Amino acid sequence: MIARYIIFLLFGFFGSAAWAAGGGGANLDSASINLSDRQSLQRGARTFVNYCLSCHGASYMRYERMANDLGISDELLRENLMGPTEKPGDLMTSRMPADGAKQWFGVVPPDLSLTARYRRPDWIYTYMRSFYVDDTSPTGWNNVLYPNVAMPNVLYEWQGYRKAYFDKEQGTKFKKYGILSDGTMTPEEFDVAVTDLTNFMVYLAEPAKLVRYRVGLWVVIFMVIFTIFAYFLKKEYWRDVD
Amino acid sequence: MSGLMRWMDERFPVTKVWKEHFAEYYAPKNFNFLYYFGAILTIILVLQIVTGIILTMHYKPDVELAFASVEYIMRDVPAGWFVRYLHSVGASMIFVALYIHMFRGLMYGSHKSPRELIWLLGMLLYVAMMAEAFFGYLLPWGNMSYWGAQVIVSLFAAIPFIGEGLAEWIRGDYVISDATLNRFFAFHVILLPLLLALLIYLHIVALHKVGSNNPDGVEIKKQKDATGKPLDGVPFHPYYTIKDTFGIGIFFTIYLAIVFFIPEFGGWFLEKDNFAPADILQTPPDIVPLWYLTPYYSILRAVTFEWLPGGAKLWGVIAMGAAIVIFFFLPWLDRSRVRSIRYRGWMYKTMLTLFVINFVMLGFLGTRNPGHIDLFWLKNVTWAQVGLIIYFAFFFLMPIYTRLDKTRPEPDRLRK
Repeated sequence: MIARYIIFLLFGFFGSAAWAAGGGGANLDSASINLSDRQSLQRGARTFVNYCLSCHGASYMRYERMANDLGISDELLRENLMGPTEKPGDLMTSRMPADGAKQWFGVVPPDLSLTARYRRPDWIYTYMRSFYVDDTSPTGWNNVLYPNVAMPNVLYEWQGYRKAYFDKEQGTKFKKYGILSDGTMTPEEFDVAVTDLTNFMVYLAEPAKLVRYRVGLWVVIFMVIFTIFAYFLKKEYWRDVD
Repeated sequence: MSGLMRWMDERFPVTKVWKEHFAEYYAPKNFNFLYYFGAILTIILVLQIVTGIILTMHYKPDVELAFASVEYIMRDVPAGWFVRYLHSVGASMIFVALYIHMFRGLMYGSHKSPRELIWLLGMLLYVAMMAEAFFGYLLPWGNMSYWGAQVIVSLFAAIPFIGEGLAEWIRGDYVISDATLNRFFAFHVILLPLLLALLIYLHIVALHKVGSNNPDGVEIKKQKDATGKPLDGVPFHPYYTIKDTFGIGIFFTIYLAIVFFIPEFGGWFLEKDNFAPADILQTPPDIVPLWYLTPYYSILRAVTFEWLPGGAKLWGVIAMGAAIVIFFFLPWLDRSRVRSIRYRGWMYKTMLTLFVINFVMLGFLGTRNPGHIDLFWLKNVTWAQVGLIIYFAFFFLMPIYTRLDKTRPEPDRLRK
């Protein structure tokens, strides 16, 4: 009787949770996120710091924390990842002044600290691979996933120049890309580079992810053992109750 | 030790209180797992206060700093992420436990005489808890925090004559702003916790005065042995303190697993729109409160009849308010001769089942856009209107079906 009621409740709740989680975000490619791949995180960090930070900030995150978490040495951090005036304890703020950005792009580029939680990893992975050449846009670039976005294709050297074919005029149903000129990377290499970047941004959005699964496993094991002991203790006490 | 206890007892009733509420408080021995949730609620609430105090040490209630201070907790405060997730997941887990606790009451007739006051105090606790959750939700100053508060506070503006002034008085401004954030912080960390503590105290005092109900709905105080102890009761301590430890163990295993492995719970405990700071120029695509408030949000949105005097919004607010207030009248709406569902007839069983399914459905609909088609071929809002009717039918028809229902007589002693 009770069990049946509870099943109703649980299924109502979790069933609808699964339902809601399925909705939204059509046509996203799935990024293979692996936070235990430290080299991928390091490569992603390099891309992020050298390209993204030029315009965007990650202003809730400190260089030192990133270096410690990803196993980047102090020298490497200072020489390759930080600006000349920055200190390891500094927040990873944008290297572009905000009012300048507003003038050049029309908007202040959003802070990227939490983008992987706000937009989801698959979105970032797809977005970074969806740029195409568009002469009508102010930057000369456009994006299939995010039409008329103010951001140019920052990784064009790697990816090369591409144009996009649509069903009718630009902005209607997307059909395919066409290569205009090759980049320094093959499409497969480029996908890996963007995966690394996405991987890093997932870490960046929640650095605790590197520890919370590991700690969580021990906590849950402890709780299970505790509960088993509590069960036998309860059984012992209740033995004399009829 | 006994000397110290004697010294204390002469000045404060330590031993008396301990005996009355633990060692010699007799509880029915047939509690099933649905009876764990009172203890679970107490423990999580204590934990919420502890994590809340730690969060308050690092959080800054200022529109310029609030969002960043939460991220500071998540990144720079040692184990700050753990404390924050305990608190944010804990809020949802309180409502999981609270809804099961209320449902237990409906199942076994714990609201019926002589426990009406316990029910009323419990309902006040429920309302206070919703307010506590609502005020707390603004504090991270995410975009959903902002727009959620904007929508909910603007509901007060629908009240005729005084509405606009009232909404402005609550916000302390014409829009949700720094003034609002500061006062919501004050409500969240001082006013409501104090109120909750007081109500919990009264809830338990009232419970211990009349004694606990049980799955059979039998009054155990009626059958006592020669020494005056209830035949079907066991002392709360050690029997239920130990048993509750086991129940809390199971609940906390699940709770902590969520904290460590899926703290966002697929967007149900932490919404993705709240990972962007509040932006007055950018409304999220769907403004929705968290899941525990959405059944009422659905009822609010279900009233779309503009021809009603005063407009649809006013009546939506009235319907939503009534949906909560009507719960208070439950002890007097229920005319059944028996308490427990075990001895009730098919009508109450059917209505309660329908009510629970309907409540979950309304909750789900409330998280989605009212124009969407979410269930079969009818629009979200149409389903919500059906849900609204079922919701109120459960209460308004209750005096009729509980009286007509064919009940079986309750036994004198607990069923073996």
